[in-house]
Amino acid sequence: MASAKKSKIASLPALDRAKALHFYRQMVKIRLFEEQVNQLYLSAKMPGLAHLYIGQEAVAVGVCEALRRDDYITSTHRGHGHCLAKGASPDKMFAELLGKVAGYCRGKGGSMHIADQDTGNLGANAIVGGSAGIATGAAMSAKMRRSGQVAVCFFGEGALGQGLLYESMNMASLWKLPVIYVCENNQYNEYTNYRESTAGEVSARAEAFGINTETIEGQDVEAIYRKSLEIIDQTRRGNGPAFLICNTYRFYGHHVGDIDRSYYRSKKEEEEWKTQRDPVKLLAERLQKSEMADLELLQAIDKEIGAEIDDAVSFALNAPYPQPDEVDQHVYA
Amino acid sequence: MATIPQDMHVTPATVREITFGQAIKEALAEEMRRDPRVFIIGEDVAEAGTAFKVLSGLVKEFGTERVIDSPISEAGITGITVGAAMTGMRPVVDIMFGDFITLTMDQMVNQAAKIHYMSGGKLRVPMVLRTTLGATRRSAAQHSQSLHAWFSHIPGLKVVLPSTPFDAKGLLKSAIRDDGPVVFFEDKMMYQLKGPVPEEEYTLPLGVADIKRAGQDITLVATSSMVQVSLRAAEILEPIGISAEVVDVRTTVPLDTRTLIDSARKTSRAIVIDEGYERYGVTAEIASVIADGAFYYLDAPVKRLGAMNVPVPFSPVLEDRTVPTAEAVAEVAKRLCNKA
Repeated sequence: MASAKKSKIASLPALDRAKALHFYRQMVKIRLFEEQVNQLYLSAKMPGLAHLYIGQEAVAVGVCEALRRDDYITSTHRGHGHCLAKGASPDKMFAELLGKVAGYCRGKGGSMHIADQDTGNLGANAIVGGSAGIATGAAMSAKMRRSGQVAVCFFGEGALGQGLLYESMNMASLWKLPVIYVCENNQYNEYTNYRESTAGEVSARAEAFGINTETIEGQDVEAIYRKSLEIIDQTRRGNGPAFLICNTYRFYGHHVGDIDRSYYRSKKEEEEWKTQRDPVKLLAERLQKSEMADLELLQAIDKEIGAEIDDAVSFALNAPYPQPDEVDQHVYA
Repeated sequence: MATIPQDMHVTPATVREITFGQAIKEALAEEMRRDPRVFIIGEDVAEAGTAFKVLSGLVKEFGTERVIDSPISEAGITGITVGAAMTGMRPVVDIMFGDFITLTMDQMVNQAAKIHYMSGGKLRVPMVLRTTLGATRRSAAQHSQSLHAWFSHIPGLKVVLPSTPFDAKGLLKSAIRDDGPVVFFEDKMMYQLKGPVPEEEYTLPLGVADIKRAGQDITLVATSSMVQVSLRAAEILEPIGISAEVVDVRTTVPLDTRTLIDSARKTSRAIVIDEGYERYGVTAEIASVIADGAFYYLDAPVKRLGAMNVPVPFSPVLEDRTVPTAEAVAEVAKRLCNKA
C-alpha cells in the first residue's frame, strides 16, 4: 500500500514555476505578517495575546494550497498562518488583531478567534483541541449535503492530550467522514517538550482508529503539498478521514513575551532549526537551484509583500474601534 | 391544567390527549419532514428510540442517516453537532441524562455559545441539545440532577424547560427553528404525563412565560417538573382560602421578566420553585428579578424552593426529602399569607 502511494506522488508533475512562486509569496506573507504582529505587540499597539506561527509556514501553505476555497478549516490559538493560507487578507486580519470594527469579526474575536466564512475558515480556537468536533461535524455536514467539501482540522501536538480528539476521530473513521486531521508537531506543548507528555508513537494513535496516517517533514512545503493533494483526494472520494503529522518547529516562544526559554529548550536547538530548517529559506534555495527564480526576483517579492503588509498595518491602525453599543450585539443569532 | 391559548383558533375536535414523550417525538418528526437539514444524533436514538423510548419509530420514517446512533461520546457528538450546525445543518443532539451535560460543557459553553459573537455575527450555530432533568426515579447521584442553571448562566445559549405536552411540542419546534444554540430540558418523570395537544401545526415563542393558573393571593413561579408540583400546591391552598397564581417560566433564557413581575405585583407575594440545586440556582436569579421589579408591591420577602444542596441519594426515603413537594410549597405559601 505504501509503495503504491509513493508511485502516485512520483507521478505528480513537477511543481510549476507559477505555483512554486505562489507558495513562496504565501509563506513570506505569513512570515512578514507575524513579524509585524510581534512589533505591534511589543509596541503595545496590540492588546491581548500573540502566538506566532513563524517556523511553521510550510504546513499551513502546503495543506491549504491543496484545498478548494469552499473546503473548511478549523484552526488554533496559533492560527494567523492558517487564516492567511486559506485566503484571508492581511488588512482585515490586522484590524481584528487590534480590536477594530473593520476586522474579520468586528473586533470581537481577536487573534485567537479569527474566523472567515468566505474562505471556509470556521475559526481559530483558543481551547486546545477544541475544534476537533467542529471540523468533524463540518465534514459530516459536507457528507450529508453531498457537497464534495472536505474539512481540515489543524491542531498542535499539545491537543494529543485531549479526549475530544479521539472521540471525534473514532466517529470520523466509523462514518468515513471527509476530514483530515493535521497534527503540527512543533515539539512543544507550551513550555514542555511533547515527549514528556505524549506516550507511545503519535502515528499509532490515529492508526488505532483505522485512519490513513502519514508522517512528513513539516518544513518542506512541496512535500506537504504533494502529500496533502493525495490524501485530500482520497478523503474527498469518500475513503474516510486521514491523519497527517507534520514535524515542524516554533521558532519563537509560546507567545510573544516567552523570552527566557532556556529551561525548556536550548539556544543551540533553536539555532539549528532557524539556520538549517527554515521553511521559507529552504523554498527560496530550491527555487534558485531549480532556476525558477533568482535572488533578485525573490527579493522583489519580499519587498512587494512587505509593502502589502505595511499597508495592511496602516489600515488597521487607522481603522475605527467598534461603537460601544456593539457590546451586546451578536450574542443571539 | 395546561390550557391552549385562545389565539390558537383550534376547534376542540382536533385536540387529542397525548403524552409529553409523544409530543416531543411529534415535534421532531414534523420538523424533520419540514426541513431536510434537521437530523438527530445521540446514543441509542435509532432502533432503541433512546433509553426512555421517546424517539421510538423515528428511525423507521427517517432512516439511520437522519437518526444517527453514536458512540458513547457526549463531548464528541456535541462537538460534531456544533460543526454541522455551523455548516448548513440543523442538528438535534440527544444527551440521555442531564447529568451527562458535564461532558459536553466545553463544546456548549466555549464553542456553541460564543461562535456567533466571536465571529462578529458571521457564523451561526442552529442546534438543539435535548437532555433530561429530574429526581425521584431512584437513579441516585449521577442520573438525577437538574443542571439547567449551568447553561442559563452562559450568554449565547437559550434554555427551554417545558412542563406540559402542549408546551413541549410548540417550544421544541421553535428551538429547532432558532438560529442559535438552544438547550432543551425534559423532565424524565413527565414523559408519560398526558395533556391536550392540537393536531394542527403550531409553535410557541421562546421567552414567553405562561400563566398556568390564575390567582390573587400569591404567585408561584415554577419551571419544568415544579410546575405540576405548584399546580398541586395551588389545589391544596384553595380550600383554605388562598388563591395561588402559577406562572410557568417556560424558558430561563430568554426570561420573560415582565410576566413574572406583573404577577408578583398583582398578588404581592411570590415563591420561586425549581428542581435545580437551590444554592446559586435558577430560583436565586428569578427571585432577584421579582424583588427588583416588584419591591414596592410586595407584602413578604420572595421565597425560594429548590433541590436540597446534597448529591441526590439513592435510598427512596432520603431522595424524597431532596425535592420540593406540593405540601412543602403549600406550607411556605401559608406562612407568607399568614395562614400557617
